[in-house]
Amino acid sequence: MSQTTHTPLQRIADVLFGTSFRHGVHPPDSKALTHTVPIRRMPFPDEIVLPVRQNAGKPAKLIVEAGDHVERGDTIGVADGYVSVPIHATATGTVRAVDWWPHPDGKMERAVRIEVDRFSPQMPRPRIVPEWEGLTPDEVRSAVQAAGVVGLGGAAFPTHVKLNPPEDTPIELLLVNGAECEPYLTSDHRVMVEYPERVHFGIRIMMQCLGVDRAVIGVEKNKPDAIERLRATVPDDLDVEVIGLTVKYPQGAEKMLIKAVTGREVPSGKLPMHVGAVVQNVGSIAAIAEVFETGYPLIERIVTVTGPGIRKPQNLIVPVGTKVRDVIDFCGGLKPDATEVIFGGPMMGMPQPDLDVPVLKGTSGVVVLTEAESARPPAMPCIHCGRCLEACPVFLNPQTLGQLAQVGRYEEMEEHHLNDCMLCGSCSYVCPSNIPLSQMFALSKGGLRRQKERARREAEEREEEQAA
Amino acid sequence: MSDAHGGSGPERPTGPWRGTGWQEAAGVPGPEDPQLRLMASPHLHAQDSTARIMWSVVITLVPVIAAATFFFGAGALLIIGAATLGALLTERVFGPGGAIRDGSAAITGILLGLTLPPGFPLWMAFTGGAFGIGFGKLIFGGLGQNIFNPALLGRAFLQAAFPTAITTWPAVRTATEGSSWLQLRGDLFAPPLMTAGEADVVTQATPLGLWKFEGEVTDVLNLLVGTTGGSLGETSAILILLGGAYLAARNYLNWRIPVGIFATVGVLSWILHAVDPSYPGPLFMLFSGGLVLGAVYMATDMVTSPVTHRGAWIFAFGIGVLVVLIRVWGGLPEGVMYAILFMNALVPFIERATQPKVFGTAESPAEKMRAS
Repeated sequence: MSQTTHTPLQRIADVLFGTSFRHGVHPPDSKALTHTVPIRRMPFPDEIVLPVRQNAGKPAKLIVEAGDHVERGDTIGVADGYVSVPIHATATGTVRAVDWWPHPDGKMERAVRIEVDRFSPQMPRPRIVPEWEGLTPDEVRSAVQAAGVVGLGGAAFPTHVKLNPPEDTPIELLLVNGAECEPYLTSDHRVMVEYPERVHFGIRIMMQCLGVDRAVIGVEKNKPDAIERLRATVPDDLDVEVIGLTVKYPQGAEKMLIKAVTGREVPSGKLPMHVGAVVQNVGSIAAIAEVFETGYPLIERIVTVTGPGIRKPQNLIVPVGTKVRDVIDFCGGLKPDATEVIFGGPMMGMPQPDLDVPVLKGTSGVVVLTEAESARPPAMPCIHCGRCLEACPVFLNPQTLGQLAQVGRYEEMEEHHLNDCMLCGSCSYVCPSNIPLSQMFALSKGGLRRQKERARREAEEREEEQAA
Repeated sequence: MSDAHGGSGPERPTGPWRGTGWQEAAGVPGPEDPQLRLMASPHLHAQDSTARIMWSVVITLVPVIAAATFFFGAGALLIIGAATLGALLTERVFGPGGAIRDGSAAITGILLGLTLPPGFPLWMAFTGGAFGIGFGKLIFGGLGQNIFNPALLGRAFLQAAFPTAITTWPAVRTATEGSSWLQLRGDLFAPPLMTAGEADVVTQATPLGLWKFEGEVTDVLNLLVGTTGGSLGETSAILILLGGAYLAARNYLNWRIPVGIFATVGVLSWILHAVDPSYPGPLFMLFSGGLVLGAVYMATDMVTSPVTHRGAWIFAFGIGVLVVLIRVWGGLPEGVMYAILFMNALVPFIERATQPKVFGTAESPAEKMRAS
């Protein structure tokens, strides 16, 4: 794929031949580095670092302390509330300390540091594999929660919550997200090629749990082998359709995927379930299947280590909590011209300043870029070219929003639907003047929150004064 | 603090981070560790840049300049050069540092030069370029801030200041017997602020002037190729359309604007012609005067045209209507300049009224604002 901008011809082709949403951008997909490289297992590192916060929602509550011996698969932190999942030891060893440690999101977080026992066979304790067929939806959900399964696409939202839609919102469709629209990443691609049966098994469990009859797997057309393997392995008794999607970013965003497959728009501020769909990333589905196949909790994940700045790009099974330094070392190390190490894809991923941060459940890739990709000429004035409007998948006006952001008029930005922005970065990607639009919107969202918080506090204080 | 995150663990240190386990356990950065950068996502960027867009526009203007030079002799180059020099110097002296490199001042100068008649005194062209950049752009805050197209504002200034010089149309070279390419038409080197000397010029009425004042309609083929009197860049419609098509294919200009203008002018003049055949037909209206240059290069100036697609259609429609109104019923033979400048002024209102409908909502923010 050589197309780098969204030209009129490209748009016409999208409309005529594509299954997609409108707008969006076409970054070079750069997946050729790893898309044919089979998944392989990385050896256990000397130390594992497991932060308590690895999922959206509440962090886990620790139940171990320094000096405890843990086996691979042991629970070391329990779910703290409903929107929370437990964490598990991902290797056998001894808890060295419970300590502050850098988290991939840039903050410090309390983490369990496990010194890995080199002479352990690293087998989990034998456990009873739950027999999925007899389970009620509630039992499935609690098994999924107990296994610590979260969305592996990046947001790390606890999966059991998604499996529990409210009574009054009927779900008709399970939508499996195999778009993998972020450039460079190939972990979902390899899962679909190598473990299609596992994907279908996960779909079976989810369909049973949700009580839906129909599932659709959406895969971007730049993965023809994945589409073919999935189609060839659909079980006879399951209504699963595999749909090839236009290669376009952000095709894998939930709302865009639903629009592409069903033509429905998720209302502003609502969730996919409000249009009768549950979206689950294909990697998470495979993780669910693994829980019911083997009884393992989610203690390892598939990570694409790639980019022009790494010596041996590949798709690895990495124990959760492995420091990225160890992952990079296993892949031959960084090239001298590496400039950025990014967790996730290059469009929405977090750059890491510190190679000691651990790979977490939500880390779909480690992308190492060089000067050629990360060089940014200074920002220039906006010339009203309108490319950002043509790029925005949710039809915002990033040009106006950007002007408002520069002068801090957050409430006006809210009227212009700031909160519908999902920070996909398409506007920044196309801006010829290099204006960091999505960064400005991320900051404005925070500013808006603070402004509202302050207004609420002041109103409360006034009320108290009046009462007194 | 200990239980704010739930569970047991160390207290959050209040002092510097030194001495926590991470600092002791972390690997010392070795010679192999490169300097890693922290940048906001997205970490990739499309190839296009503002400077590339602007310079592409300049490059597509080169054939137009060449045609003007072919038809009007070496003087055309001098006039365009003088206008460009005026624009660039003003940008360099009064504009922000390095702003010349973005190419927008060069476009202003070249486009202004292309709207001038072939015998225009150079100092006037220079003044027009300087005025266009100074009062058309820098006074608003530079690139991206101006309301009016700077080139057209420069021309409007020249039209007001030098009404005679700007309406004297020397004939094209191919229409005059035995005139050499190097021969200058008109008093190009008139000293500044002096009355232009008596120059021995063969003049030729512009097609629109011919029609307006003498009722004569020029052949469309001549209009397309450019063998007619008029401003430097008004003559070669085909080259301008080709340049525009290239820019539109690269997404460097909004094709809706020229298409909308052509459609509006074409349909309106076709209706007029059908009602009363004394009005010129659509082809003449489309290819005479500055309509092609204005529609392709002036109205599409990104800064002064709407960013929304619906807005672009409205903007184009407005220009088309005004052009026909001025040409047919106004006192001037040509109205493209005023039509575009007038619609430039309306762009903020057009944009406000045509905000896109946000994904997953029933109405656009503009409609919501009107409703509340």
